[in-house]
Amino acid sequence: MYKIETNDLNFFYGNNQVLHRVSLGIEPRTVTALIGPSGCGKSTFLRVLNRMNELVPNARHDGRVLIDNKDIYDPSVDLYDLRKRVGMVFQKPNPFPKSIFENVAFGLRIKGVTHRKFIQEKVERTLRQVFLWEEVKDNLHKSALILSGGQQQRLCIARALAVEPSILLMDEPASSLDPISTAKLEELVYELKQSYTIVIVTHNMQQASRTSDKTAFLYKGTLVEYSDTTTFFTNPSNESTQNYITGRFEQPG
Amino acid sequence: MKSPFGNLFTLFERFDSWVDRVRRGGFAIYGLIFTVGVVLFILGLFAYITFAGLPRLNMGFFTGYASRLPEQAGILPAFLGTLWVMGLVLLISFPVGVAAGIYLELYQKPGRWSRLLEVNITNLAGIPSVIYGLLGLQFFVREMALGESILAASLTLCLLILPLVIVSTRESLRMVPAGITEAAYALGATRWQAIWFHVLPLSFPGIVSGALLGVSRAIGEASPLLVLGAVAFVPFSPGSVFDFFTVLPVQIFFWATKPQAAFLVNASAAILVLLVLTLLLNLIAMRLRERWHKRIEA
Repeated sequence: MYKIETNDLNFFYGNNQVLHRVSLGIEPRTVTALIGPSGCGKSTFLRVLNRMNELVPNARHDGRVLIDNKDIYDPSVDLYDLRKRVGMVFQKPNPFPKSIFENVAFGLRIKGVTHRKFIQEKVERTLRQVFLWEEVKDNLHKSALILSGGQQQRLCIARALAVEPSILLMDEPASSLDPISTAKLEELVYELKQSYTIVIVTHNMQQASRTSDKTAFLYKGTLVEYSDTTTFFTNPSNESTQNYITGRFEQPG
Repeated sequence: MKSPFGNLFTLFERFDSWVDRVRRGGFAIYGLIFTVGVVLFILGLFAYITFAGLPRLNMGFFTGYASRLPEQAGILPAFLGTLWVMGLVLLISFPVGVAAGIYLELYQKPGRWSRLLEVNITNLAGIPSVIYGLLGLQFFVREMALGESILAASLTLCLLILPLVIVSTRESLRMVPAGITEAAYALGATRWQAIWFHVLPLSFPGIVSGALLGVSRAIGEASPLLVLGAVAFVPFSPGSVFDFFTVLPVQIFFWATKPQAAFLVNASAAILVLLVLTLLLNLIAMRLRERWHKRIEA
């Protein structure tokens, strides 16, 4: 059974169609990489999954998006509950300009959790989960902005994990990080796979091949190829995939 | 590629850049002359007022009431009146203006209605203040039967500065990085939660400083209050918002229109007091703004 499934998903910004009949199923506790040239619809696809696209005026879609076999665009679905179940990490680390502690605790607070002990324990547990605890345990009440970019990004992941999602969406999470932070982040993604379903958008082919179980190639809003990462990179069935991963790809004019 | 016009083009380019340089240099000089001129002019005025008014600034001037004799007249009722009005204006215009700013910036959907609102608010900021005075006279003083009171004056001045407060609130809200609100939404925050926990705390110093600038504009206004019924001769300190009142600008106006030269000295001294008050408010607003910029950019 798929954790996430889209059927004939079309997506539009106004009259501009960004996704064309994308159908794809993602299994639970796997990492799926979305690759493709800029503007191919990767991020849009990602933002369909937690309905962040609704913040954009004139955005609309048709087709079905199922999470745990339930249509997330069904009127009975609570949007805020959905976003708590589907966490998201952004391209640029965007911690709140508050303390490290409050960053992680925010999700719990808006969930209505007031029990102090519980919040404290949860914050520690999530920070350990992202291997940040040892680095920040003495500075929990200092501003999150004193952290390095890599630390900030891991804090953002912890923040997302604190509300106990089952899915984690990552939109080029390493694009602004140095190689060492990137390696740490990839290690973390590997660890998190044990308990979460992860969809990661990346521009970096090596990163996709290192971290993911499955890889999807989007081009001009169409899903060109979707297969096991090993097969995808060693023996792609589509010629344009072959061209893209070998760098012999003409960027759309 | 070499074209037969190549040389001609470079010639044109050279000429263009030459014209550009002269033009830019010329503007710089113009700009400098006018800036320095204006600053000198204002400094001159300030020096003149200080020279004329400073000797009059003694304890008696601050504790004195209105009087026929210029040496005995003081600004106590006007000073207190100004403080009362300032406080009330801040108290009323802040919540109203901030709420309106939040609605316009974060809730209202773009459309014809929103454009209409926006155009109106911008236009309100351009209406001469004496018109607000007339409006206040009819609406607050007469219709609402508030009388010629501090409250009526404060409400009128609130109307006057509301566009200012609204616009500066919207600007402060707009400065909050989109990434912050996005992050809150992605965690399942409702719009109000995102605003309450993140947008407002971040923009608050900016909002307050905008409101303070508004108030500092309001306390310099004489004309709407003259129309509204501020009186020159207030022999007591205001004790409640329903009392008669006078404020510094009105007091200055009355003194300046008296024939005796000694009252002009009083006016100069009162101007100094008003200037210091306004500068103080502006200074606080500036400091808040600085702190806020640091917080947003960090």
